Amino acid sequence: MGAGHAHKLYRHGHSPVHRLPPHCKLAAAFAFVLVVVSTPREAVWAFGLYAVLVAGVAAVARIPAGFLLRRLVIEVPFVAFAVLMPFVAQGERVDVLGMSLSVSGLWGAWNVLAKGTLGVAASVLLASTTELRALLLGLQRLKLPPMLVQIASFMIRYGDVVTDELRRMSIARRSRGFEARGVRHWGVLAKTAGALFIRSYERGERVYLAMVSRGYAGSMPVIDEVTATRTQWAYAAVLPVTALAVCLMGWTL
Amino acid sequence: MTTAPSLEISGLAYAYPDGHQALFGVDLTVGRGERVALLGPNGAGKTTLVLHLNGILAGGVGSVTVAGLPVEKRNFAEVRRRVGIVFQDPDDQLFMPTVREDVAFGPAAAGLRGAELEERVQGALEQVGMAGFADRPPHHLSFGQRRRVAVATVLAMRPEILVLDEPSSNLDPASRRELADVLRSLDVTVLMVTHDLPYALELCPRAVILSEGVIAADGRTQDLLCDEPLMRSHRLELPFGFDPRSVHVA
Ligand SMILES: Nc1ncnc2c1ncn2[C@@H]1O[C@H](COP(=O)(O)OP(=O)(O)OP(=O)(O)O)[C@@H](O)[C@H]1O
Ligand SMILES: [Mg+2]
Repeated sequence: MGAGHAHKLYRHGHSPVHRLPPHCKLAAAFAFVLVVVSTPREAVWAFGLYAVLVAGVAAVARIPAGFLLRRLVIEVPFVAFAVLMPFVAQGERVDVLGMSLSVSGLWGAWNVLAKGTLGVAASVLLASTTELRALLLGLQRLKLPPMLVQIASFMIRYGDVVTDELRRMSIARRSRGFEARGVRHWGVLAKTAGALFIRSYERGERVYLAMVSRGYAGSMPVIDEVTATRTQWAYAAVLPVTALAVCLMGWTL
Repeated sequence: MTTAPSLEISGLAYAYPDGHQALFGVDLTVGRGERVALLGPNGAGKTTLVLHLNGILAGGVGSVTVAGLPVEKRNFAEVRRRVGIVFQDPDDQLFMPTVREDVAFGPAAAGLRGAELEERVQGALEQVGMAGFADRPPHHLSFGQRRRVAVATVLAMRPEILVLDEPSSNLDPASRRELADVLRSLDVTVLMVTHDLPYALELCPRAVILSEGVIAADGRTQDLLCDEPLMRSHRLELPFGFDPRSVHVA
């Protein structure tokens, strides 16, 4: 598989988690998130156990805690939202440090925080152990509509080309003495966006010609088939199945 | 295999949907194993002609056959396997996430799988000296490397005829020479569209001039380049200081 496409979230390694086939990991992460989301929020201890599970997977994957925590900052906007909830929610109120907070708001905030953090942590783990290319192959294997997978892989392939084009246009603008300062210059920026759109559209046409010239007739040929053995599926299932057990306990206790 | 010429074009005329007539009756035959340069000024219709070779453009008058097979809708799959077009911008040609997958695209579309596919890909990459780059994403390669991979993507389909649109454009002298070495080493019919006249002289014993939609001249590349009135009348100019007479060609 490609050593390229080392995206920012990916952390190169050879751990057992890295080696698992991408579609197993995708399915496991997705199932784990489902289980976490369906756990009752009052079962606080269950979320503690989930966190331990995630930490366990991170340890097996040899992803340092610092790496994981730093990538969790994507979550910050949601945290802000959660923090607001106890202040704005209605209903019964309690006093904490002299502030009057809504009880249901506190539970709501906890719910969003705990489930969000676990979901993001699982996704970050997935992303840091799976290359972008492998993720796409995995999605394809999991029968995501082929059109979506194709669009995503073209985004990866042409993202750099398009940003490069944008950069060149900006250099060309500035070389002719243009600096975007304030509202009066937005017109020029809009024209740049328009030009970029047309260029990308035309490139799309040329790429399509090149594809047709090499025998493309509507569907991408399967070049890399990702496969998984039963054992690999079993390994991948450890996380969601354990989590499911915790979840069931959370409902019954 | 077949004894029919690699490419036979007769009476090909074409007008774009907007009414602009680009080709006015082109006749051209390219024998097996020949290397022919297609010369002509900007707007002469060279790219238009190239797009007819595998049926991307069609609907005009005249006929194109590739190794005896007419370029018609029912033959498109086979024709596109036989005609390998290398487009001018490698970023248009290399659309897969890795070099290996890109080279595999054509043969895989034709139904190849597994070890056979792998072997094709390796072989094609070795032919252009890029075997070590199989797992790299195309956009991390230099321009010259991308051009060579683009050549590999069509070589992997074992084409009857390799068609290159401006292969030497944007290459530095070293990459230009490396590509020439690659092209010379191939045992395949080549039709090369180019504005780079010394390159045509170096690689192609025969050249044709396409001008205003017709073939205006056809002959030994050296003879054409030395014919000053002919060159001038078709807006073809040799680079400063280049004398085609002084070059010894085989
Ligand atoms: N899509 C199109 N619609 C209408 N006219 C076109 C189209 N593409 C090309 N033409 C016209 O057809 C003529 C031949 O164009 P073509 O691209 O084949 O020239 P060319 O020989 O490849 O030129 P160059 O050396 O600049 O690449 C030109 O006059 C051009 O303006
Ligand atoms: Mg052209």
